[in-house]
Amino acid sequence: MSRTASLYHSTVGKKVLMAVTGLILFLFVIGHMLGNLKVFEGPESFNQYAEFLRTMGYPLIPRYGLIWVGRIFLLAAVGVHVYSAWQLWVRSRLARAEGYRKVKDLSFSYASRTMRWGGVLILLFVVYHILHLTTGQAHPDFVPGDVYRNFIVGFSNPLVVGFYVVAQVALGLHLYHGVWSMTQTLGASHPKYDRWRRSTSGALAIVVVVGFVIPPVAVLLGLLS
Amino acid sequence: MELNARIPAGPIEQKWDRHRFDMKLVNPANKRKYNVIIVGTGLAGASAAATMGELGYNVQAFTYHDSPRRAHSIAAQGGINAAKNYQSDGDSIYRLFHDTVKGGDFRSREANVYRLAQLSLNIIDQAVAQGVPFAREYGGLLANRSFGGAQVSRTFYARGQTGQQLLLGAYQALERQVNAGTVTMHTRHEMLDLVVVEGRARGIVTRDLLSGKVESHSADAVILATGGYSNVFFLSTNAKLSNVTATWRAHRRGAGFANPCYTQIHPTCIPQSGDYQSKLTLMSESLRNDGRIWVPRKKGDDRSPERIPEGERDYYLERLYPAFGNLTPRDIASRRAKEMVDAGQGVGPLKNGVYLDFRDAIDRLGKQAVSDRYGNLFAMYEKITGEDPYREPMRIYPAPHYTMGGLWVDYNLMSNVPGLFVIGEANFSDHGANRLGASALMQGLADGYFVVPITIGDYLSGTPPWTGGSGDAAFRDVERDAKARTDRLLSAKGTRTVDSFHMELGRLMWDLCGMERNAEGLEEALEKIPKLREAFWNDVTVPGSGETLNQSLEKAGRLADFLEFGELMCRDALERDESSGAHYRREHTTEEGEAKRNDDEFAHVSVWEYRGEGEVPVEHREELEFEHVPLSQRSYK
Amino acid sequence: MRLTLHVWRQAGRDDTGSFETYQADGISESMSFLDMLDLVNEELAQEGKEPIAFDHDCREGICGSCGVMIDGVPHGPKSMTTACQVHMRSFKDGDEIWVEPWRATSFPVIRDLVVDRSPFDRIIEAGGYISVRTGSVPDANTTPISKGAVETAMDAAVCIGCGACVAACPNASAMLFTASKVAHLALLPQGQPERYDRVLKMVDVHDEEGFGNCTNHGACEVACPKGISVDYIAQLNRDLVRATLSFRPEKGTAE
Repeated sequence: MSRTASLYHSTVGKKVLMAVTGLILFLFVIGHMLGNLKVFEGPESFNQYAEFLRTMGYPLIPRYGLIWVGRIFLLAAVGVHVYSAWQLWVRSRLARAEGYRKVKDLSFSYASRTMRWGGVLILLFVVYHILHLTTGQAHPDFVPGDVYRNFIVGFSNPLVVGFYVVAQVALGLHLYHGVWSMTQTLGASHPKYDRWRRSTSGALAIVVVVGFVIPPVAVLLGLLS
Repeated sequence: MELNARIPAGPIEQKWDRHRFDMKLVNPANKRKYNVIIVGTGLAGASAAATMGELGYNVQAFTYHDSPRRAHSIAAQGGINAAKNYQSDGDSIYRLFHDTVKGGDFRSREANVYRLAQLSLNIIDQAVAQGVPFAREYGGLLANRSFGGAQVSRTFYARGQTGQQLLLGAYQALERQVNAGTVTMHTRHEMLDLVVVEGRARGIVTRDLLSGKVESHSADAVILATGGYSNVFFLSTNAKLSNVTATWRAHRRGAGFANPCYTQIHPTCIPQSGDYQSKLTLMSESLRNDGRIWVPRKKGDDRSPERIPEGERDYYLERLYPAFGNLTPRDIASRRAKEMVDAGQGVGPLKNGVYLDFRDAIDRLGKQAVSDRYGNLFAMYEKITGEDPYREPMRIYPAPHYTMGGLWVDYNLMSNVPGLFVIGEANFSDHGANRLGASALMQGLADGYFVVPITIGDYLSGTPPWTGGSGDAAFRDVERDAKARTDRLLSAKGTRTVDSFHMELGRLMWDLCGMERNAEGLEEALEKIPKLREAFWNDVTVPGSGETLNQSLEKAGRLADFLEFGELMCRDALERDESSGAHYRREHTTEEGEAKRNDDEFAHVSVWEYRGEGEVPVEHREELEFEHVPLSQRSYK
Repeated sequence: MRLTLHVWRQAGRDDTGSFETYQADGISESMSFLDMLDLVNEELAQEGKEPIAFDHDCREGICGSCGVMIDGVPHGPKSMTTACQVHMRSFKDGDEIWVEPWRATSFPVIRDLVVDRSPFDRIIEAGGYISVRTGSVPDANTTPISKGAVETAMDAAVCIGCGACVAACPNASAMLFTASKVAHLALLPQGQPERYDRVLKMVDVHDEEGFGNCTNHGACEVACPKGISVDYIAQLNRDLVRATLSFRPEKGTAE
């Protein structure tokens, strides 16, 4: 077996895959969050930004070209991330076939305990989110192309905003443990910096949650219309 | 019984070197044809197994633990001596040799001790190469400390876990050989007996502790590395499973037992907290470097220590031994503590300890400095007693922790039974009547890494590989004996538990053959032990069956041997009508109240020959000669 | 003190077990948890019943033999403490305590609270050592090692192989055990020649033995009686990735 294949087959290898795909998704999330904040620049700027995403590289590359490459790439990352998580979960179940009658979870944090179920919640949210604001099936009044309007209308329902906030908190927890965990799995540790690893991942998680929650809440409070 | 120590001729510095040349070697291609059984995988056993595997022998290693890493060598805290003289403070092989012979109160064999001092250098090299993380100085070189009152700094250490790290080094070397296929590991197997065929050790009979199966294993030579017998006292600092069975059974099969009365008591242990307790905890002797030992002057003083004014405290070691103070040798510090407690000046809820006080050290050095030196020990003390030694004095009391006696061996570490080798604490060894601090690890590893793998070749080269296997009738006989004993224990179905008998034996041994002995007490013990033994066999209850893991049965088997062994120990203590080292006979004291040797009559090793159940054993003697270290009486006044 | 104990009893490897309830009376707070079990066992033996089997030996927290789940926590409620050093002052009169064996498929129960931890030996056997022949070594002071490196190596080397990390891990992973040995040896100059080879072999055996995967929960570090940090697992991961993916692996790295 080649060394790479043997790494893939090892438990550590699967964690490496999760870490690498996690990193990709994390970078995407940061980009997405920064893009969202453009909504405060007004309808024109926001729609223009959306149009830019659709026409990146045009005319060399056809419209929707790069964005589809990106989408497929992200979808693949999600697939690998979820599939590895599944494999590891199955392995864990086998490794402790008989459980404890009484057990206290000693994990570092609530976040680490909820990685799996939090991940499932985030996955469900992503599906809803795409149907809501990308394809429009879950949107009350979807107008293709008018991203700003879809955004404002979409978030005028407090229930929808509530769900978004919950999902973002789940994402935050996932990232709080996930980012630290990623450095752990990729061996990005150093005695000098180890004590900063956890607080840094916490800070990044908070930035992401706040960054995502501000625009929908602003819509609900009437600061954006 | 023939006792030939086979000490090589020539100047002491050259004996080992010459001997290695004089010994016959086993042809490398033939080594794998020789099977060697090693019982016990502590420092001595694991290092011997690893080295002999490397040399190409076929090694079968046995331990009753679930892994070789659990042996009690792991609990040694203080360190390991070596005459490296890295500190340039005047140490040398000769000085370590000299200190060890003198420390042993002139009851050890000079040639063996000299070799031990020589090999101490190799041990440190070996351990470092294996990755043992010994403490280092800022420059990156190895750190040393002075230990147990030594006047040079020759002790290497790894925090307070030196034994653990050295054992893990040996264990890893052993596992490497398991991987290489030269060593077969038998975990959870206990040796029940030795098999001697036509006068030679040819194998052992074991019990598989999981299935209860009694099995025979044959070999060309058997090495016992099964540790000491402090648990004859029930309460000791030895691990709970440590026992005398392997060496006692070998003794019953013909091996001479040497100096069983030499048992060392460690002065700084945590006093017993109640009758339920079955194990005492030792704290490193280094505590005595800064702690001051005292008791209240008034008997039965119930005040808490901080309420006892300075004038009403008796710092008795400082008072009696102004030169050495709290650092007097182990045996003296232990005896004085016992005297204080016996006189009613003991402290603590059970009045069974003396104070070891750090108040002055904290005032002088600051809490931080004290914590840097002893933090882990203080934490351990706090865990066990629930008392904070930074605020109130520790309570300490002596406890048995090491046994210098053991099976008699010659210079090659072979017993008087050809093919039976004995290493580490299990042999009567190099410590004489008293062992120096940080020397146990040294001896175990010297025997295991450097002595027995070489000397065994001299024996094996003269005996063709054993082809009898374990099919020989002798094995059947021994197996039958072992099974019969097990059945007898299980079928006694009496009213008393194994532990209750062990506790009774322990108390008897401690009272009559402990820190202080006298003829009257020993004679009383010799009368009582056979009765206790009889009561045990008639009235013990061992629940469960012999076909499964049965810890009660294991305990019962071990205690049965202690009940026989204890008698021999008392007999040896009675016969040795002198005080020497840790063997303190009240009848023989100097004017200062210290151990008084009688070199004219007792400068010998007492070697006991077993003559059958109920028979009085026969004493043989190996006379000791001291050519290099002149006989002298020690004085610590 | 009077306590109610629910203890896992299982006659043998292939038997099904169940909890038995015992009353422990007259427990003093200066008893250790194992002293307390001894007392219960003494009473059982007195009644001719089979005592509760549990592994133990040194009773000083260093041999690694003991280890049971005490009320859902490996080695019980006191941090950085083995079961033999947990004292009953950590409990109060009337407490109900659940006592269970380590649970992991790789650690099958042998009897009552005794489990088979031999996979740990096999992980070490795979490469947890430095290959030096007895005697053929340089003088101990030939290679200076910085105090910091030795202390960090020692922090990993203190592992007692008790298995609490596996018991605590939600995935029953033995990564902390494996990493402590990998890191101990990788941090020392003597361990360099086999560094990458070693980590590959040890992780291979770890996986073959059926332990779960590490998901960085950190429960092992909390449960570890010696306080070994999961940072050593990060170091293992790094060495493993390097050993497998580096463009020019160290000579001797296994295929």
